[in-house]
Amino acid sequence: MEYLWGGIREAVILIISLDAEVFRTVLLSLRISLIATLFASIVGIPLGFLISTHAFPLKRSVITFFNTLLSLPTVVVGLFLYSLLSKKGPFGPLGLLFTPTAMVIGQFILATPIIVALTISAIQAMDPRAKMTAMTLGAGAVRTALTVLSEARFALTAAVIAGFGRVIAEVGTAMMVGGNIKGYTRIMTTAIALETAKGEFAFALSLGFILLAVAFAINILFHYFQAKRG
Amino acid sequence: MKFKMNGRVLLIGLAFILFLTPALSAGERLKLSTTTSTENSGLLYELLPPFEKQFNVKVDVISVGTGKALELGKNGDADVVLVHARDLEDQFVADGYGVNRRDVMHNDFVIIGPGADPAGINKAKTAAEALKSIAKKKASFVSRGDKSGTHNKELSIWQEAKVKPSGSWYIESGRGMGEVLIMAHEKGAYTLTDRGTYLAFQKEGKIDLPILFEGDPTLFNPYGIIAVNPDRHPSVNYIMAMALIGWVTSPEGQRIIAVYGKGKYGDPLFYPDAIKSPK
Repeated sequence: MEYLWGGIREAVILIISLDAEVFRTVLLSLRISLIATLFASIVGIPLGFLISTHAFPLKRSVITFFNTLLSLPTVVVGLFLYSLLSKKGPFGPLGLLFTPTAMVIGQFILATPIIVALTISAIQAMDPRAKMTAMTLGAGAVRTALTVLSEARFALTAAVIAGFGRVIAEVGTAMMVGGNIKGYTRIMTTAIALETAKGEFAFALSLGFILLAVAFAINILFHYFQAKRG
Repeated sequence: MKFKMNGRVLLIGLAFILFLTPALSAGERLKLSTTTSTENSGLLYELLPPFEKQFNVKVDVISVGTGKALELGKNGDADVVLVHARDLEDQFVADGYGVNRRDVMHNDFVIIGPGADPAGINKAKTAAEALKSIAKKKASFVSRGDKSGTHNKELSIWQEAKVKPSGSWYIESGRGMGEVLIMAHEKGAYTLTDRGTYLAFQKEGKIDLPILFEGDPTLFNPYGIIAVNPDRHPSVNYIMAMALIGWVTSPEGQRIIAVYGKGKYGDPLFYPDAIKSPK
């Protein structure tokens, strides 16, 4: 309990005093996770749409595959990516290991399956007549797709929020391929892990509260998009 | 209408975060893989900034256990390593992964535990004897269990004691030094720790466990710095790695090490080795 109050008190102090280091760490967390979620959405929503609206062999297996990826441990993604990005790995010459770019790639891998899987269920849950109606009204393939996606707007926003939620909260991948380098690849979650290791529980908790507050603000933003034109 | 405006403001804020914040990377970088003890003790925050300023380079500190720090060097994913496990360091150099090893500093390991000392290790003559009586009493002992330098030292002492530790009293945590200290504190257990991390935790009141055994020569804990061999990994930043080795073994670098922690903890956390009494 003592730590809890200490954490809340320290969080308030850090926010009010606009602590430069904390501010930079929050910004980097947001930057990495938002970019990763953006790319994951660009890839995941169309992919999910194509999978759910087309019949092809092994369709059920593909869907099961994406559902399985939802339980991918973040450390495993980190390990996998480390083996690719290490100087010993195939992409070693790019020098991406221990950079923010590597963290974006890792979070992209984590977020994409969620967005794909939730897009599939969003489209499948929709009234199939939306697609039919659009087609009978003479809409082309792209127009039809846009109509269907627009109808599924609420569920799709939820998919993006879920993807963002997973990556802003994850620590395993960021730690492995980012390296938790101060001022360069240290984000909120890896900073929390480090402060915990140093026994600075109150400070670690305060960072946790700040992370939660930031995620809350971002979710309000997402809901604004969800409500728009609703 | 007002709602729309707010949305636009939010969007601009989002764009700002995504694209307009300062560039993520700038200038030359040097990757230093090191142990948790050097970073957790705060020493590197004193030691590195003057170097970064003088050589106009950013040092990326990746702090992991000694085992992993060396592994990063082997793979060419770090340019220079600062670790504490003499056997592994010599092996690292002998295998051609590293070059130009220098002694940097030392402190020592101590065995800490509950004040009541149920295994009576404060009467032990050697570290091996101390661990032996802990095993005999089946008193709780927290091991790092993470292939770190400290873990490495602990295993060699068990070997010396001819004991294969196992059983519910022997807790293999797989955590860093700080976490192990807290675990030992919470469980009232014994553990082996470097004096630097211990002092930092004890003096700040994060734990309350006395030193029960110290002074055996086997508990000496030297730190070495090694450049990753550019012949093996041509892409490493060898020049800067050598500059850093030069800096930490220079009179200025060694003086920073010698005084670090004196004011805050009463005792220095590390003792310089490259220059014994830097002016």
